[in-house]
Amino acid sequence: MYDKKELNRIKEKKIDWEKNRYSKLVRIHPERKDKFENLSGTEIKNIYTPEDIEHLEYNKDIGFPGEYPFLRGVHSTMHRGRLWTMRQFAGFGSAEETNERYKYLLEHGETGLSVAFDYPTLYGYDTDHLLARGEFGKCGVAISSLKDMEILFDGIPVDDVTTSMTINGPAAIVWAMYVANAENRGISKKIIGGTIQNDILKEYIAQKSFIFPPAPSMRLIVDTFEYGFKQVPRWNTISISGYHIREAGSTAVQELAFTLGDGIEYVKAAMKRGLDIDKFAPRLSFFFNAHNDFFEEIAKYRAARRIWAKELKKLGAKKSRSLLMRFHTQTAGCTLTAQQPEINIVRVTMQALSAVLGGTQSLHTNSMDEALALPSEKAVRIALRTQQIIAEESGVTDTIDPLGGSYYIEWLTDKMEEKTYEYFDRVEKLGGVISAIEKGFFQREIAESAYKYQREIDENRRTIVGVNDYKIDDKRSIPLLKMDEEGEQRQINRLEKLRKERNNSKTEKNLKRLRKAAEGDENMMPYILDCVHSYATLGETCDVLRGVFGEYVEPAIY
Amino acid sequence: MERKIRVLVAKPGLDGHDRGAKIVARALRNAGMEVIYTGLHQTADMIVETAVQEDVDVIGLSLLSGAHMTLFRDITKLLKDKDMRDVLVVGGGVIPEEDVPVLKKAGVAGVFGPGTRTEDIVDFIRKNVKP
Amino acid sequence: MNDVASKVLTGDPRSIARLITLVENSSPEAASTMKDIHPHTGNAHVIGITGVMGGGKSTLICEITREYRKQGKTVGIIAIDPTSPFSGGALLGDRVRMVKLAMDEGVFIRSMGTRGMLGGLTSAVYDVVEILDASGKDVVIVETVGVGQAEVDVIKVADTTLVVLVPGLGDSIQTIKAGVMEIADIYIINKADRPGVDQAVAEVESLVDIECSNRDRKIPVLTTSAKNGKGIVALVDEIKKHKEYLKKSKEFDVQRRKRYEGELVEIIRKRLMNFIFDESKFKDKVELLIDQIFKKEMDPYTAADEILGKILK
Repeated sequence: MYDKKELNRIKEKKIDWEKNRYSKLVRIHPERKDKFENLSGTEIKNIYTPEDIEHLEYNKDIGFPGEYPFLRGVHSTMHRGRLWTMRQFAGFGSAEETNERYKYLLEHGETGLSVAFDYPTLYGYDTDHLLARGEFGKCGVAISSLKDMEILFDGIPVDDVTTSMTINGPAAIVWAMYVANAENRGISKKIIGGTIQNDILKEYIAQKSFIFPPAPSMRLIVDTFEYGFKQVPRWNTISISGYHIREAGSTAVQELAFTLGDGIEYVKAAMKRGLDIDKFAPRLSFFFNAHNDFFEEIAKYRAARRIWAKELKKLGAKKSRSLLMRFHTQTAGCTLTAQQPEINIVRVTMQALSAVLGGTQSLHTNSMDEALALPSEKAVRIALRTQQIIAEESGVTDTIDPLGGSYYIEWLTDKMEEKTYEYFDRVEKLGGVISAIEKGFFQREIAESAYKYQREIDENRRTIVGVNDYKIDDKRSIPLLKMDEEGEQRQINRLEKLRKERNNSKTEKNLKRLRKAAEGDENMMPYILDCVHSYATLGETCDVLRGVFGEYVEPAIY
Repeated sequence: MERKIRVLVAKPGLDGHDRGAKIVARALRNAGMEVIYTGLHQTADMIVETAVQEDVDVIGLSLLSGAHMTLFRDITKLLKDKDMRDVLVVGGGVIPEEDVPVLKKAGVAGVFGPGTRTEDIVDFIRKNVKP
Repeated sequence: MNDVASKVLTGDPRSIARLITLVENSSPEAASTMKDIHPHTGNAHVIGITGVMGGGKSTLICEITREYRKQGKTVGIIAIDPTSPFSGGALLGDRVRMVKLAMDEGVFIRSMGTRGMLGGLTSAVYDVVEILDASGKDVVIVETVGVGQAEVDVIKVADTTLVVLVPGLGDSIQTIKAGVMEIADIYIINKADRPGVDQAVAEVESLVDIECSNRDRKIPVLTTSAKNGKGIVALVDEIKKHKEYLKKSKEFDVQRRKRYEGELVEIIRKRLMNFIFDESKFKDKVELLIDQIFKKEMDPYTAADEILGKILK
């Protein structure tokens, strides 16, 4: 990238500087650490110069936003044209309570909705299931049927605002409820927009809210891809996620490598069914974590875009829209502390900034109280304001990829890409993603990183402000969100009522037809929609699929 | 023959976040204890049945979904009903400070929330396990 | 008969579990109970399972157990995992794969660490087999640590030994080598849904041909896919056939005698070691001897003569 002679002059000057200035100072005044390593174990140098990126060619490796390799951004105007969507993940208790929170957030300036479901819903159980005891509404909203979906979006313009739903095992069914609700309201499924997470591979690896074994789960996902690009063209039928992998304890490199690896696996699965890559690839989206190491995160997002573009080109995608990686980001939940919770606002701010500088299309900022509970109104408002301040007051959105060209950032981006390809090779040798999952490869890598990180904290080799240093004795807590204790019983009653009042023979019939489709090899989406329209509950529908596909039990890996 | 402390590390309910449980399991193993990990989605009955068969000294409950008041107390009640008073029950996860006294009263001897050092859990168990 | 013993014989899980703890810790209290229950042992069919790590042993055991339960039989499972030689602790995770057996009163599962014992078992295994046997279990399954070359001790305790392999780990048959491959009464190629099954079967069968050329029983090679529940009925049937073969050929009695011999040796060994190294009377004397060996004032053989001489007197 640089003129040879100029580069040599720089190299010489650096040697001179290191010998005559840097080393001299270090001798008198040693640096704070013997070795500076980032969270992924990459050693970070004292300074980066053109020397570190001399091998890069601007047009080939860095390029311009909106075109291959998309390193600098997926659109040619990026945040100058349109800010990222401010999309706060929310949900708790019953559909009514969550509906209120959505209206509050929209009122305060969020520009997209994001649904958090409770555990029973995530696992495809109704609120009255044995395993649902005590879990109703605790970490998200309970949705047991189309009726709940109707209440959840009551008064919300789903033709105007997009909705992201964090649901995986039963994603197809919950999506069907959303679509059915829109249709019942006279809104065509051709125009509704949103995302379902629907990424089962990372469930096996990290989040663990799987239901069925890998093969039938992949089939169901490809069903949604197919149904999506044909019938619900503005919908992102998958959000290939690294967030949870990171939360489970992985490093940034592992987050990058495992997520992209999963993505490629989905593309291959869809192609195996004969779907045209340029038809479904534009609707694949991604979801990353925004963790503490500011520059590593930015390099991660950039590397992600370039690697994805390269890989999809290799797989035969021709359209530009198929090669560009759009992603949502959430600031790292696992970095929030229960101690001195107000300082979490500062952590979230830095993490959010890295996501913005990294070119995210959509962002969720955590609330300060989330180490202890779901966000209170005040806390979530502050989280939203954090994004708004970055957007309106900081000036960082006035140019595209402002850190591009930084010697450090370009070097680090490259390094992360290199390490990602190393992981790709290792997984290849293990027989591919699914084989590696069954062998416990990813789970082991993650558990190792998680344990190493915890040891560093326990041994005070890594400082977490407020936890192992800069502590205070003050046990005074901040006001936390209180849940309605009667909610669980109300929901159970509602379910009973639903089962009595619906046309049960119709529901039965539709469930039977779904079963037959599941036993065969048709696309299951239309059958799921019929079940949902006839008010079959989430649990009843999932039970049919459980009956055909079985349930997955994971190995114990530490 | 020195006796080993046997600990059951359990994930009650539907919560799938096992990063902490696995780290604690490993730390306890490194401290010389025998750790039986139940895996995910355990009901109170299943946890107590395992505790009986494995004759554990300690049950460690990990929960981040907010359902701890119901599920932890289900388990301590079941232990009481079965007259298993010798078993030390400890818990961790996302548990607000204000819920801790209630849990302690119900029989959870120690609650280790976010920011706990693994050494502290090891020390607590060593100090409080029935000889 | 003491109280604990009678409770164990009724199958009370709490008593069984407590007694297992006592024998595992070599508690002197255990001896009288073990004496009481011994006459009630000998009925259970003891199955040992060893094989490559990652072979799916735990899942296989789960499925075998479910099949036995369908046949109305009760099952005791001993799942053994390695104890860390550094910390003395252990991560016992086999139960995770046996979730389908939860809350079944006819199944008792106990996880154990090897606690310093080599060979893939724990020194208390004989006792635990006896306890589960006496408690009325029709079948006792012992799952050993995943295998290398040394983990062959399972044959000492089992009537029927299963060796589990998987396809595609072609070198595994090489690495397992002598010892483990020889102890099998039945070979199982699990994860038969994976590519390379036929080749794996062929490799094992050629080994069997060589091994069994002058034996009266040809070791069967079965394929299973435990996670899909395939091949389990045939396997359980083959285990039954093996028991019948043992009984008919009087091998059964030979096996059992070997087991009791092993058990006796283990009890004596533990008592002896305990007496020499843990009992305070002798311990100090032993420490002195070791110091002398270290200072080259004495050699280990002479030291042993001294210790044993004192005991045998």
